Amino acid sequence: MRCRKCKAKAVLDIPRHHTAFCKACLTEFVCAQVERAIAEERMFTTTDRVLVAVSGGKDSLSLLDILRKLGYQADAFYVDLGIGEYSRQSKEKVERYTSAHGIPLHVHELKEDEGAGINDLADLVRRPTCSVCGTLKRYHFNRTAVEKGYHVLATGHNLDDEAARLLGNILHWQTEYLEKQGPTLPDSVEGFAKKVKPLYRLAEREIAAYAIVNGIDYIVEECPNAQGAKMLLYKDILNRLESESPGTKQAFYWGFLARQEADKQARPSMAEHDRAVLHPCATCGQPTTGEICSYCKLMARAKKDGPATTVSP
Amino acid sequence: MKVMLNHPVREVEVKGPRRVREVLKELNLLPESVLVVRGDDLVTEEELLRDEDRIEIRPVISGG
Repeated sequence: MRCRKCKAKAVLDIPRHHTAFCKACLTEFVCAQVERAIAEERMFTTTDRVLVAVSGGKDSLSLLDILRKLGYQADAFYVDLGIGEYSRQSKEKVERYTSAHGIPLHVHELKEDEGAGINDLADLVRRPTCSVCGTLKRYHFNRTAVEKGYHVLATGHNLDDEAARLLGNILHWQTEYLEKQGPTLPDSVEGFAKKVKPLYRLAEREIAAYAIVNGIDYIVEECPNAQGAKMLLYKDILNRLESESPGTKQAFYWGFLARQEADKQARPSMAEHDRAVLHPCATCGQPTTGEICSYCKLMARAKKDGPATTVSP
Repeated sequence: MKVMLNHPVREVEVKGPRRVREVLKELNLLPESVLVVRGDDLVTEEELLRDEDRIEIRPVISGG
């Protein structure tokens, strides 16, 4: 198979675009898709400081690599969840990549700052680990971006992540979550960082290929807590559909975004809605819809139910 | 050929010569869910693999 662009030997075929690329043209294609996402969704410019949430996986490390290549001011933020060997290895990948490229790295240690790793915290509050993990990561991503003066927080969510999440929300008719499924969330109120997903135009397989051909050493293992998670099932189902009918994932997610855009005039903007419902958390000051934000509620419960010396506020 | 699989890491033997597409089919793997690496290079579904080859089939879902 030959590269459709330069006729060199292809390394990846992309059925949804009826194309195939060699190493150099694949890198060019991936960077062009990210540049297009940033421009079309008005995510940020080269004068903005961007904080990239990195996990040591292919998506976030590739995102950091691509943004730097495109000339953006992108720094890294890693949350150490304290998941034994998995966290040790993923942190090592992040540290090795950022130090080799001279990229500033901020680290939040759950065991040090919250007093327990993610599995112990989830046990204490008797909630699913992935749900507690989501609450903690969202909180620290936002707080760190705001406190350290970044204009925007970028995550490595790709087309497969967004299509799987959309499928999950629609299957359970969780329509209240659909509003927040776009690739850009505004910094609607004081204390809220703008959040963007510059990889939403790229499939998981294309980003993994980018990481491999660009020599990015990422953690190949899955998070041990994710085994059996619903998102993996939704991704598998979507990949079965994609294999039979290339382009299904992008038609599903991009089609959803196009419908949202068309309906925009009929609804109040997300920023207007946020300003109407959000106010500072009585405990930490971060924006929330309730009196106390979900992070502070979670930590209060962990402190109440756990050994007094274990969990920090 | 020797085929290294992940999640969990293990090695299986597949008889060559065969195209990548056929190896994936035999192992019941979806092309959309994996990448195939020979040495340091990614190979497409059309690549012919020989008995002496050693490949890694890497799932595209990783991290978390």
